[in-house]
Amino acid sequence: MNPWVFVGLFFLVGLIIPLGAIGVAWILGPKKPNPIKQTTYECGIETVGDSWVQFKAQYYIFALVFLIFDVETVFLFPWAVKLGALGLFAVIEGIIFILILVAGLVYTWRKGMLEWA
Amino acid sequence: MSFWNDPLKVAADWLLGIFTGWGMPVPAANILIGFLGVLILISILMVLDIGLVWVERKVVARFQDRIGPNRLGPFGLIQPFADIIKLMIKEDTTPGGADKVVYNIAPMLSMMSVLILWAVVPLAPTILGVDLNIGVLYIIAAGAIGTLSIIMGGWSSNNKYALIGAFRQVAVMISFEIPMLATLLIPTILAGSMGTAAIIERQDVWYVLLSPLGALIFLVAAIAELGRAPFDLAEGESELVSGYNIEYSGMKFGMFYAGELLHAFTFGGFWAILFFGGYRFLGLEQVSPFLAIAVILFKAFIGYWLIMWVRYTLLRIRIDHMLAFNWKFLTPLAFTLIIVTALMHALLSGTPAWLYLAGMFLSNILVAWSALEIARSYSRREREKVDGKKAVEVGH
Amino acid sequence: MTGEQIIFLVVAFVTLFAGLMVVTARNLVHAALWLVAALFGVAVTYALLHANFLAVVQVVVYIGAIAILFIFAVMLTRKDMRDQGPQMNKNWWLGAALAVLTFGGLYLMLQGWSGMSRTAAVYPSGFDAVAELGNELVSPAGYVLPFEVASVLLVAALVGAVYVAFNRK
Repeated sequence: MNPWVFVGLFFLVGLIIPLGAIGVAWILGPKKPNPIKQTTYECGIETVGDSWVQFKAQYYIFALVFLIFDVETVFLFPWAVKLGALGLFAVIEGIIFILILVAGLVYTWRKGMLEWA
Repeated sequence: MSFWNDPLKVAADWLLGIFTGWGMPVPAANILIGFLGVLILISILMVLDIGLVWVERKVVARFQDRIGPNRLGPFGLIQPFADIIKLMIKEDTTPGGADKVVYNIAPMLSMMSVLILWAVVPLAPTILGVDLNIGVLYIIAAGAIGTLSIIMGGWSSNNKYALIGAFRQVAVMISFEIPMLATLLIPTILAGSMGTAAIIERQDVWYVLLSPLGALIFLVAAIAELGRAPFDLAEGESELVSGYNIEYSGMKFGMFYAGELLHAFTFGGFWAILFFGGYRFLGLEQVSPFLAIAVILFKAFIGYWLIMWVRYTLLRIRIDHMLAFNWKFLTPLAFTLIIVTALMHALLSGTPAWLYLAGMFLSNILVAWSALEIARSYSRREREKVDGKKAVEVGH
Repeated sequence: MTGEQIIFLVVAFVTLFAGLMVVTARNLVHAALWLVAALFGVAVTYALLHANFLAVVQVVVYIGAIAILFIFAVMLTRKDMRDQGPQMNKNWWLGAALAVLTFGGLYLMLQGWSGMSRTAAVYPSGFDAVAELGNELVSPAGYVLPFEVASVLLVAALVGAVYVAFNRK
């Protein structure tokens, strides 16, 4: 049988159990909402404006750099699995692959994109 | 084949007999048995999780020279159950401007992202969980769902603290995912497989001896992934109060909290699986699967204790320092380590075991030492630059 | 109908519905979250096909990286998450016609394809698809050149992204 069926069962039970816990708490707990209780928490000060504000662009840059390296490292996994059986030539190919990307990291670094400015 | 040698198979066969006796087709019965097994495993994990609340509180108390919970039951053991009851009967408030659906899904996803990790945890030679041939990548995939739950919780709460906390946490999690992926490559290279079961099986020498630096980088990346101190700026109490879960109350908050504790424990377990031989210890795992389970849980607790030790000893790091530490130090170091490990593995694969072990160990130490030297000389130069500037300013 | 077919149909329906919601949701963050659901559906489809590596990579790269990037991008570029404008432009009939044509064409093409009714071959025991993939990626007879070019492509993407971001600063 497809092993993912059992992974699917983990997903299913992993959702059912928190849902059950939250459901039981919802049944047992009191429900007396009022406008003051539901105000946004901000250390006792009235909230000013919407919270869905614009964010620092630097987060986006880091996410972008992360995306590139994520894809790269994932590419290396099949190579790593077969490494022992492939010999030196394949190892060097993988190392070239890594070095090209490290060059990308160095470029990003040099351009000052990794600074939290 | 007795119950003590292979409990899972005996129980499954017994249940299969019962279910097929009721006229159920075999595949359906197998799925039902799988469902029951998963349900039992996850229920045990949830009970363990309640125990972890006690462990965490007791340990932090000892680190801070306090006693910790000590009123309810012996050593305060009943305390976490009282906490659960309190969480259950608390009012569950939802902030006014919240995005209700997303707000309610987020804590469940957070808990689920931790529980599904246990699908690839081999507990004993005969209890392998789901033996996927991409086990180590599965860990990262589950982490991706965890990242998503944090950003969902932070965004839907309609609270500035929550959103800032979520952004910081996600930035840290995705950044440190790169060194984590890179160090996951090391057991993959050494074992020649991505499956967690195969990695344990081929670990005749603990991989921490072959790659001490890899084990260390994995631990650092795991702590960052967990969002624990010194990488806990998402909840930086002095500035963000609680971070992405600030608006959550009652059981929904409990899910985030319990999820975090179980996550830390689970990563202790993965550290043991990848670098400390998992359920293997002096052949004990061959005696009984129950001993094997005891061994892996013990090792997971040691890893968890180490994570707690780090948490209650170190100070919080600022976000720019943390990201700089990751991108300018840890990531290049991890990639260097992969290159060195791959080369040494290819060069030494035919040699006797002691030479292989010595070569791997020494190359790791060499990489670690040179990285520290480079960092030290760089920081010395930086310090001189700053000091020089100050001297000039004073001179004027 | 086998259990696998039922799961496939449910997943396919959920994936398509999520895809529809991505383009119709008014709230941009909701659209991004529906996109996550659609991408996850694709991952489940890979898992049904026993493509373990692709299934996990789909989650790691698309949900773990690209969806997060999208959410960051949405929060960075828009102050107001709720899109107020009309959801159709005046060329909607052209788009609809193209979609119908594409679907019809694909349907006609796949009419004569025998793969529809075949079941996939079962892996021989001891066959490790990931190891096979690794072998193909680095063997000179396989895909070693695309493998290295992929790395150059990734660096090009990185350099481009840095350049664009740098100029905006």
